[in-house]
Amino acid sequence: MPEWQDEGIILSNKPYGELHSVASILTKTHGRHAGLVQAGQSRKRLSDLQPGCFVGLEWRARLEGQLGTFKVELSKNYSASLMDTPMRLSALLSLCSLLEITLPEREPQENLWDASKALLEILSLSENENEWLSFFIRWELGLLRELGFALKLQCCGVTGSTNELAYVSPKTGSAISKNAAGVYADRLLVLPMCLGGHTKTKEEFTAGIKITGHFLQKYIFNTINRNLPTPRERLANMVESLNL
Amino acid sequence: MEEDNLKNLIKRLSKLPGLGPRSAQRAALFLIKNKEKDMLPLSKALYDVAHYYKPCVQCNNLTESDKCSICDDPRRHQNRLCVVEDISDLWAIERSGVFQGKYFVLGGNLNIMDGRGPSELGIDKLVKYVSLMCDTHTSNEIILATSATVEGQTTAHYIAERLQEFSIIISRLAHGVPVGGELNYLDDGTLALAMKARTPVG
Repeated sequence: MPEWQDEGIILSNKPYGELHSVASILTKTHGRHAGLVQAGQSRKRLSDLQPGCFVGLEWRARLEGQLGTFKVELSKNYSASLMDTPMRLSALLSLCSLLEITLPEREPQENLWDASKALLEILSLSENENEWLSFFIRWELGLLRELGFALKLQCCGVTGSTNELAYVSPKTGSAISKNAAGVYADRLLVLPMCLGGHTKTKEEFTAGIKITGHFLQKYIFNTINRNLPTPRERLANMVESLNL
Repeated sequence: MEEDNLKNLIKRLSKLPGLGPRSAQRAALFLIKNKEKDMLPLSKALYDVAHYYKPCVQCNNLTESDKCSICDDPRRHQNRLCVVEDISDLWAIERSGVFQGKYFVLGGNLNIMDGRGPSELGIDKLVKYVSLMCDTHTSNEIILATSATVEGQTTAHYIAERLQEFSIIISRLAHGVPVGGELNYLDDGTLALAMKARTPVG
């Protein structure tokens, strides 16, 4: 009888029948994994199964390929500390929905696990918006990289130069230097400072969120005929109207 | 034929919340044994509710006429509106007797995974309701009584964002220690929220 113990982050928890639920969890060593949670809709269990909760897990099934059942024990409830802050809550839901939709099941994702856990920590602890927003943008770049669509932001895609990188090509995902952009500058995405470019502050975050959003849509969501998840779109709107 | 009807009744009863095939069988046999006392009144009650009840045009509460008794009651505060997810939440607040204003029933919460967006919840109808309220009354207050879950609070934030254009007070229910609750038995999340929402004593 296959069984293992691990730790994980709750991505979603869908009702199954009247009492139980099927939870989708990003685990440390088993990737995104689903399983049945007995009495997962009960009042006591429901608070432990909110998206973004950090939990200890025990998975058990009769055969390896089966859905199996989870025993879940709450370690840290990140979502509770973010409920009063709409923007951070949107970031938390963006993280959960992006992982839920884009990751293949049962494939270990160690880098993404580490990055996601760190992002949740920063979201709940960070005092200012700058810190977690730039981390969130880097997390999305990491997600693209882990899914096989890394952006080439270290040097200019046209000249190979590492100086004055100011734009990103929306077609290739390569950085473009100020000189190489020339008359095409208005057709390119602005490369923010947090990703190695020049734009600062609010514009920096707007540009960063726009870049990752563009390539997530182009490389992943277009192929499955979907739009970016609603919380991710809301987050982008909130960043645009941010007062820093 | 009779057997088919009985099977059909058991099948339909087993779809009700809390009932499975075995308990549906027991319920069906009980109803057959108490035909005059329970079965016929139940069938009449089911028929009446199915035919006469519909959502209130103003707040989505269940009613037999166009407007529900709460919307029609002139003694209630006309400038206070409590937004709840479900009719059962409205009943819970009414049971407590602490709120004398009006309600708006959303019919669920925003849920990305289930694809339930703002248009499915009728938030546009709420915005129109609030707009009308602002035109006719002053010092309006909207109380967002959505559940203390990630989806519930996302819904509350979304509604607050949509209602920003109106000059109204937007509040939400407090989250924290329940009456009679011991700190030792509270989960971390509730405790964190209670600590965050602490109030001065005296």
